[in-house]
Amino acid sequence: MKTTDLLATAVRNTFRSKLRTTLTVLALVVGSSTLTLTTALGAGVTDYVTRQVAALGADDVLVVTATAQDTSDGPAEYDPDRSTGGAAAAGPMAGPPGGGSLDDTSLDDLRAVAGLSDVEPIRTVSVDYVRAEDGGARYETTIAPTSSIASSDLAAGEQLDLTGDEPELVLPEDFLEPLDLGAAEDAVGRTVVLAVTDVLGEQHELVARLVGVSNPGLLSTGAGANNTLVEQLADLQGARREQPAVYSVATARFDPGADDQELQQIKDDVAAAGMTAQTVSDQLGIVTTVISGITGVLSAFAAVALFAAAFGIVNTLLMSVQERTREIGLMKAMGMRDGRVFALFSLEAAFIGLLGSGLGVLLAVGVGAPLSAWLAAGPLAALGGLDVLLFQPVSLLGVVLLIVAIAFLAGTLPARAAARKTPIDARRYE
Amino acid sequence: MNTSDGPVPLLELQRVSKWYGRGDGRFHALDRVSMQVAPGESVAVVGKSGSGKSTLMHLAALLDTPDEGRLLVDGQDASGLSAKQVAGMRNRRFGFVFQQFFLDPASSVLDNVVLPLTIAGVPAGERRRRGMAVLEQLDLADKARNRSTALSGGQKQRVVLCRALVTEPDVIFADEPTGNLDSATGAVVADELFRLNAEGGITLVLVTHDEDLAARCDRRVLVRDGRLGDSLVDAA
Repeated sequence: MKTTDLLATAVRNTFRSKLRTTLTVLALVVGSSTLTLTTALGAGVTDYVTRQVAALGADDVLVVTATAQDTSDGPAEYDPDRSTGGAAAAGPMAGPPGGGSLDDTSLDDLRAVAGLSDVEPIRTVSVDYVRAEDGGARYETTIAPTSSIASSDLAAGEQLDLTGDEPELVLPEDFLEPLDLGAAEDAVGRTVVLAVTDVLGEQHELVARLVGVSNPGLLSTGAGANNTLVEQLADLQGARREQPAVYSVATARFDPGADDQELQQIKDDVAAAGMTAQTVSDQLGIVTTVISGITGVLSAFAAVALFAAAFGIVNTLLMSVQERTREIGLMKAMGMRDGRVFALFSLEAAFIGLLGSGLGVLLAVGVGAPLSAWLAAGPLAALGGLDVLLFQPVSLLGVVLLIVAIAFLAGTLPARAAARKTPIDARRYE
Repeated sequence: MNTSDGPVPLLELQRVSKWYGRGDGRFHALDRVSMQVAPGESVAVVGKSGSGKSTLMHLAALLDTPDEGRLLVDGQDASGLSAKQVAGMRNRRFGFVFQQFFLDPASSVLDNVVLPLTIAGVPAGERRRRGMAVLEQLDLADKARNRSTALSGGQKQRVVLCRALVTEPDVIFADEPTGNLDSATGAVVADELFRLNAEGGITLVLVTHDEDLAARCDRRVLVRDGRLGDSLVDAA
């Protein structure tokens, strides 16, 4: 039998017992739609996190902190040369707080490490409030400590001019309305006032120009400031006195083309100097681990459903083989080879799999796409740009292929039973 | 004594034995049976139910393999043929007409008739042409598009006959071809079979316990308890 005839016969046979096929397909639809939704969920969240990280534009940045010297249990003893009193602001690239501190010697050590460039200490400033230039309510804000090296996920305006002399600021979009700055496009170019309190308890205000408006996101908490603004704020905060050169965090760049081995070498060199270097993805590792854990558990449920559905296919086809004993015997009497009989029933199983997975994927997309849109517009609007369910054509195709393969495998058992029937069996069956 | 005279027999069984079951239940279905079928002749295999006549036909039609003895097709030992060659021989050279119709109710009459051609991998156009030709031959062309469920018993058996003929076989094996039909329609099917034998030169191996049908064959072979009785050659 030609393969095209075999395919056509398999498809026609599938529709011969419509109720039975429908029930088997329904079981597959449950499994395939669940699997489609879980993979879409995993893809959606991972994509969001990846875009957030990409928005930081810091693929080539290492965040360096001092390695805690005291590895024994309990609190570390105070050392005036090393302690910083804790990190001022938290952020994705702020590093673990309270681990120790870096001084100019450590920075020199870093500069000596091969493969590192642009070693810069990060000065942390704590801003009291931000307000519009013409008065009005004052709102608390923080300056992301690494904003001067990373880029922001912008809704309007442009990235900070990192080397410019003008103090520049990027504010999250949700500040615009309280500060009465209007729409994002209109707000760009306006000036706002920031305030800091110095070590003597005196409050100072500073005017900065808003160059960009950032999307609210998981990682971009707080405002961004360029070097000039951070310097000016830090000077005000330090009451223009000489501060001991102590930093909690430093950043350095490495060659973005470096492979894992070279990167590990750099990290080892930094570790040898008594410091810890992490890339942005190292710091986000925990987030991605949690996400893949959750989607893994959900996918396991889908796998259980598919496993059960596979038994449904075996059962359906075994019944079909039994019913069609006479037909199989006739076809074999007429010279149909065992292999072709096997192929016929396997193809019927695969076609049932194709029907079930196709309908399941369509159902999942049909329900999931509006649901995702509704979530993005409603409950999850605060996380701009998050598509909870991201349906990627490749993964949809993957789900279909996986289920067709499972169905095909499930079909081999009944197909073997069919291939073993003989024309004589068919005659005895009368 | 087997091959000395005349043309090479189309089919020849040489001391063929077949057992079913094992142990105490072991049953000698055929006991050293020898017979020949010459090209173009019609042979009736007669006997009581359970006598082994169907087993004899299965072996002769290569549907089953003998436990002992040899089967020759055109003088060639069938045990030397591969599974593929056996399947091909059944497909091209043998036609089967059984008591049960074995028609696929979900397919059209034409699709049922061309099933052996489909199995052989004949292209769709040629299948259709040859299927329609054989349906016309048996006055069933107007039923080609019908479902087989819509046909009467006699029509169904004639469709089965068309299916057996579509590959233009050398020999037709018919097991109780009229068993499910009333005498009038049974006679129509029988007439058709003997017309094919007489006009088309198709060899006929007919398994039946219908005496009238057996009497119309050139030769009758009686099977009793797995052994052959005397072959009777009809004067007619």
